[in-house]
Amino acid sequence: MNPGNGIVDSHVAVSIDGREVTVPQGQTILAACTAAGVETPTICWAPNLTPVNVCRVCVVELEGSRTLVPACSRPAEDGMQISTDSERVRHSRRMVLEFLGSANDLSQADEIAEWSQHYGADARRYAAELAADADGEPEVALELVDDPVRIQDDLYIRAYDRCVLCYKCVEACGDDAQHTFAIAVAGRGFDARIRTEYDVELPESACVYCGNCVAVCPTGALQFRTEFDLRAVGEWRPDDQTVTRTVCSYCGVGCNLELHTQDERIVKVTSPEDHSVTSGHLCIKGRFGWQYVHAPAFEPPATDTPASESTEP
Amino acid sequence: MRQPLPVVLVADLHFSDASPTASERRAVMAALSVSDAGPGAVIVDHPRVVRGGTRRRKQMRHLLLPALHALQREAGWISPGGLNFVGRTLGVPPAEAYGVATFYEMFRTEAPAHELSLRHVCVDPICALAGASRLAENLRSQGHAVHEGPCLGQCERAPAVFIQGRREPDRVPDDERGLDSLLVSVTAESLDAPSLLRHMIDPSSAADAASMEAYRARGGGSALEAALRLGPDEVISQISSSGLSGRGGAAFPTGIKWRAVADGDGPKHVVANIDESEPGTFKDRLLCERDPLAIIESITVAGLVVGATQGWIYIRGEYPLATQRLRHAIAQARAEGWLGDDAAGSGQPFDIDLRRGAGAYICGEETALFNSLEGFRGEPRNKPPFPTTHGLFGRPTVVNNPETLLNVNEILRIGPEAYRNVGTEGSPGTKLFCLSGHVGRPGLYETPFGTPLGELLSLAGGVQGNLQAILLGGAAGSFVGPDALELPLSLEDTRSAGTTLGSGPVMVFNESADMGSVIERLAKFFRDESCGQCVPCRVGTVRQHEIVAQIRRADAPTRSQRLLLDDIAGAMGDASICGLGHTAASAVLSGMRLGLLGTEQS
Repeated sequence: MNPGNGIVDSHVAVSIDGREVTVPQGQTILAACTAAGVETPTICWAPNLTPVNVCRVCVVELEGSRTLVPACSRPAEDGMQISTDSERVRHSRRMVLEFLGSANDLSQADEIAEWSQHYGADARRYAAELAADADGEPEVALELVDDPVRIQDDLYIRAYDRCVLCYKCVEACGDDAQHTFAIAVAGRGFDARIRTEYDVELPESACVYCGNCVAVCPTGALQFRTEFDLRAVGEWRPDDQTVTRTVCSYCGVGCNLELHTQDERIVKVTSPEDHSVTSGHLCIKGRFGWQYVHAPAFEPPATDTPASESTEP
Repeated sequence: MRQPLPVVLVADLHFSDASPTASERRAVMAALSVSDAGPGAVIVDHPRVVRGGTRRRKQMRHLLLPALHALQREAGWISPGGLNFVGRTLGVPPAEAYGVATFYEMFRTEAPAHELSLRHVCVDPICALAGASRLAENLRSQGHAVHEGPCLGQCERAPAVFIQGRREPDRVPDDERGLDSLLVSVTAESLDAPSLLRHMIDPSSAADAASMEAYRARGGGSALEAALRLGPDEVISQISSSGLSGRGGAAFPTGIKWRAVADGDGPKHVVANIDESEPGTFKDRLLCERDPLAIIESITVAGLVVGATQGWIYIRGEYPLATQRLRHAIAQARAEGWLGDDAAGSGQPFDIDLRRGAGAYICGEETALFNSLEGFRGEPRNKPPFPTTHGLFGRPTVVNNPETLLNVNEILRIGPEAYRNVGTEGSPGTKLFCLSGHVGRPGLYETPFGTPLGELLSLAGGVQGNLQAILLGGAAGSFVGPDALELPLSLEDTRSAGTTLGSGPVMVFNESADMGSVIERLAKFFRDESCGQCVPCRVGTVRQHEIVAQIRRADAPTRSQRLLLDDIAGAMGDASICGLGHTAASAVLSGMRLGLLGTEQS
């Protein structure tokens, strides 16, 4: 039993693909998979956010359950028999990845692309089943998530054609980190989108520009202007970037920063997800207040009389 | 006299400068002060003190839906000024309130170009067969504002119209015409047999349906008396031994559900789920219109038995007459002493509040209903945890369909043994079936479980013309062909035949029906009604509809199209969060198997 002091003193044993693992009570199937050394694809899950279990790419087969269950949010229970690589699991994971690929621009979602390849997802077959008419026009159009890029300020952009509706940004803006509630899911079904109220521009909304939404976005739908502008000119080179860990200089809280630099310029600031102070979240100052680093070095104003002369006795 | 609602000052939320009109402000105030916010729900903070922000938002948020209804009726849309006023009053961030407003069919977030009430016309299969698009065209040509949308729950008198009032009450033209719906019960002869419809069949009973005096005169109130006499444990054990299972579609054993909630710690809730939106289903509407006091009595029984202090009715927004009669019945039940601090003399407090949905099929899913009632988007929650432990407001909750609740009244009236005399071993009791489409007498029929499908059709005057197909269980059900007339309509027989009774809709199509168009519309229905939360359903329902539309254009599916539909169905059925996604491919696939989309080309 949990004695109530936050220390868990009981464990549960579950079987992952025939392998017994033990995890503390209250941990999820995902944690058990990790403990068993089984890698699990996730899109809407993040260690610093409450699981919303909406992407369904982490589903596993649980003996006795009619449907597959989401590993990211289902607590592990003693005696669970779990398969992570059955035909049913592979099918649903492949279909989720295919569905997203058929609807969204995933060109900047590297992790999703890797998993899509792993599961053999072929997003093109949906369009292939919709024949063209004599004029080459599709008789039934394949609906895509289509939205113009929103560039409303100097700090970040929103490109919702890349948005897979993982809810991470909403969580980070709301109860899980910032408590600002500037954005929410609006509309229903395939037309559901992340929106401010009435889609007002971000500077008019409740947004405080902490950038925590950008930091958790898995597809590049939300992107720092620095990255967006560099990509636009083909100069975004992650392999050439170095990451330097430091402490934010603005206040005394002690948030750790990771400065991503390319060609000796800061191009992005993040915080470690496992940092005890930030859990990966920052405020506008830590996230965006770094321009002074690149300000030209101070040069004293030129005067008519050289300083060395004026100080002479 | 109504107390003016104190305005809650929320220092930590950001609102635009848009302000409400005087009439919007009045409409919202009126809507909120008549609702049961409960004492202490309103906290006035000093503008510079933020106290328990998240907690306070949750305390009043359940009033969001009534407030949005009031704005929509007053202004014809949810304006930025109106939304700000509601947000400030209830402590709801504007982005979230907007997210809720855009979730529902009945709310608009763009200014209307007219001052008219809006005529909703159903375009789902039965109404489409009955000429819904012609009707919509006619209404438009007469200058009316028309919105073509999903099933309105009036399939027995298709095509259906519902008028969403602008500065006037919502109404249904067929209610005003006094058009009687046909109710038939084949178990009505013996008083020892369960019959939900016995008291409702005589059309003249409709006039005093909501009169406590008339209700008492025909034995009303006896279930409540029996429940108090027997005590909670005995009531639950009678329900369990009666074999009653839920009538909303999932057929979960009612006794087990009540037991689990009774064993939970308070506070607890009872919810009557009257959000039937399954195409082809209209039984809850008729039950509430014809016997509202019986519904209230049964909710009270449930509340006292499981030890809940609050009962809730969540009813479709498209059911104005049923809503009005239920509200009247609640008022009479309070006057009668059934509801209040000492409900029915039990020594326990119990009261009932009524909430209207705003047009969303998904809100009939129990956990989506909780979210909707709590003022959030009607998105289903992952299960487990189940409502019996984590239901409305996170508390143990009994949520039942009205037909299930009325069956409890019958069990308490005649006892579990007599109850089991009707129906089959696996499905005791009777079932309500909603017959619509090409039958002689569409209407609501009550027969013992196990009645063969063909016999039910004969009761309803037989099939008009030559039978082509029957859709059992609505959009979430499946098609059966003319060879299924011998099928006994019980839970176990339909299950082993690979089909379902669902909540009881039986939609009949003769040879004149264009089944391709029926199936395409069903696929479109799921595409429109998916809440959008999980990927398999959000994208799967769209891809399914696109392929079905393509198959219709070619008049037949190809092998690869069929395989792709199977692939989509597999993922929706296995990986979706809720029952909507799990069943979204059922009608399409069963229709394909029956060849209703043409013969497969290689």
